[in-house]
Amino acid sequence: MFHIYCPYCEELREEEEFHPKGQAHIARPEEPDACSDEEWGDYLFFRDNPRGIHHEMWLHAVGCRKFFNITRNTVSYEILETYKMGEQPTVGAEHLAREEKTAREGKTDSVQVAEGGQQTVGASDAAQASVKGA
Amino acid sequence: MQRYSGFGLVKHALRHHEDWQRQWRNPTPKPGYDVIIVGGGGHGLATAYYLAKEHGITNVAVLEKGWLGGGNTARNTTIVRSNYLWDESAALYEHAMKHWEGLSQELNYNVMFSQRGVLNLGHTLQDMRDIQRRVNANRLNGIDGEVLDAEGVQSLVPIMDCSKRARYPVMGASWQPRAGVARHDAVAWGYARAADALGVDLLQNTEVTGFKIRDGQIQGVHTNRGDIASKTVGCVTAGNSSVLAGMAGLNLPLESHPLQALVSEPLKPVLDTVVMSNHVHGYISQSDKGDLVIGAGIDGYNGYGQRGSYPTVEHTLQAIVEMFPIFSRVRMNRQWGGIVDTCPDACPILSKTKVKGLYFNCGWGTGGFKATPGSGHVFAASLAKGEMHPIAAPFSIDRFHSGALIDEHGAAGVAH
Repeated sequence: MFHIYCPYCEELREEEEFHPKGQAHIARPEEPDACSDEEWGDYLFFRDNPRGIHHEMWLHAVGCRKFFNITRNTVSYEILETYKMGEQPTVGAEHLAREEKTAREGKTDSVQVAEGGQQTVGASDAAQASVKGA
Repeated sequence: MQRYSGFGLVKHALRHHEDWQRQWRNPTPKPGYDVIIVGGGGHGLATAYYLAKEHGITNVAVLEKGWLGGGNTARNTTIVRSNYLWDESAALYEHAMKHWEGLSQELNYNVMFSQRGVLNLGHTLQDMRDIQRRVNANRLNGIDGEVLDAEGVQSLVPIMDCSKRARYPVMGASWQPRAGVARHDAVAWGYARAADALGVDLLQNTEVTGFKIRDGQIQGVHTNRGDIASKTVGCVTAGNSSVLAGMAGLNLPLESHPLQALVSEPLKPVLDTVVMSNHVHGYISQSDKGDLVIGAGIDGYNGYGQRGSYPTVEHTLQAIVEMFPIFSRVRMNRQWGGIVDTCPDACPILSKTKVKGLYFNCGWGTGGFKATPGSGHVFAASLAKGEMHPIAAPFSIDRFHSGALIDEHGAAGVAH
């Protein structure tokens, strides 16, 4: 069960209040009529499907009914950050590389707070409280 | 290959079952093969088998990063049917159904194919209209099907709540008597054993880490056990297809989602057919062992974690109890998830790619198991001839740019 921090409600809520809505940050072609079949097909049907860090849109369906974005690991299902529409993610694929490097070097730093993001990553209660309180 | 028979069983019993032959070898990889199949699930093993059997290409390797049939082949709810709406998909799934009907004999392996029929319930007027349309389309394509009313459904499944008091009353159903279930593991093992007997190398614990491509032509694969050369490579890797395509610089219109299933404690025989409902969103059958095999929809988010979410379990069981109040106190034994590669039009991709000699068979989404023999058969023919088999041709990846989609959401999008 996900606990998702809605950046508009500014609260952690249960997964069932939300609906996943697919890949985030897809720009509609400025001139659809000028698109080739290839470009239009890519826009309609081809999505990122990474095994790792994914940026996706979610809808707070039975809450504020607003769309927002989540950066999530599609293997561990860990939510790395949530952010409002129009904002850019602060966590990317390099985060995963960094994490793997840390694991290789044997560091046991399990408490991480996604920089700039609202959702905390495997964070302690105290760290979560500080984010919520902010 | 040591053939299985009733007489053989008696013979081995007299020897205390101590000298059964291994079902397949555990070979070391050769430097090269005529054809490499990536993915040792049902579809991949079937492809290898038909390559050897029907096309005489026995210098074939199946590369599997884990163990044979350990992915979605081991995780589905074993339903086999062919009542799809559109001509292209009906042809593909009916091709598979015809293979299913003789599969145990062909493989000399009991895949326990049981044609106990499948009901697809309708709960609204629109459901019933769609069912009538689909059954008519099926009949025109030579696929058996009937439209039943609520009394007809009730007489087939006495334990189901078909009363008007139900929250979503059953108005009728489509009924495909030739459909049914099969033993999922046995399908993979049967194909593996038969392929191995024909000389196919089944390489387990062999993970593909990259493709060797020169001048737009595939030359082989990189694996954790060294490089293996081949000018023809077929990828049949379900949920991991996008990852593999990425290694070859290709993009597929797939999204990988967890799809989960669960089984109950074993019960005495109570349900002798398969009941599916798109509307309340659940499907159920009873295995020969007695446990209820239950499934429903995918988790809506992308995931590779091979586990499902609890809200989905709850929704699934709500649907089952809505249809079968008698099961409300049955305890669930196990729950698991598989990673399904869903396509925008709920139809698979069997296709060539921009890389010459590299083929993909993927996008089966939530309903690949039923197609295992047909998928393997047409994909093998395509790999052998270098041209897509006529049944596979409409499922080219080009359809996402030409617009010639095969929209099977009505028959395939929800329940399997």
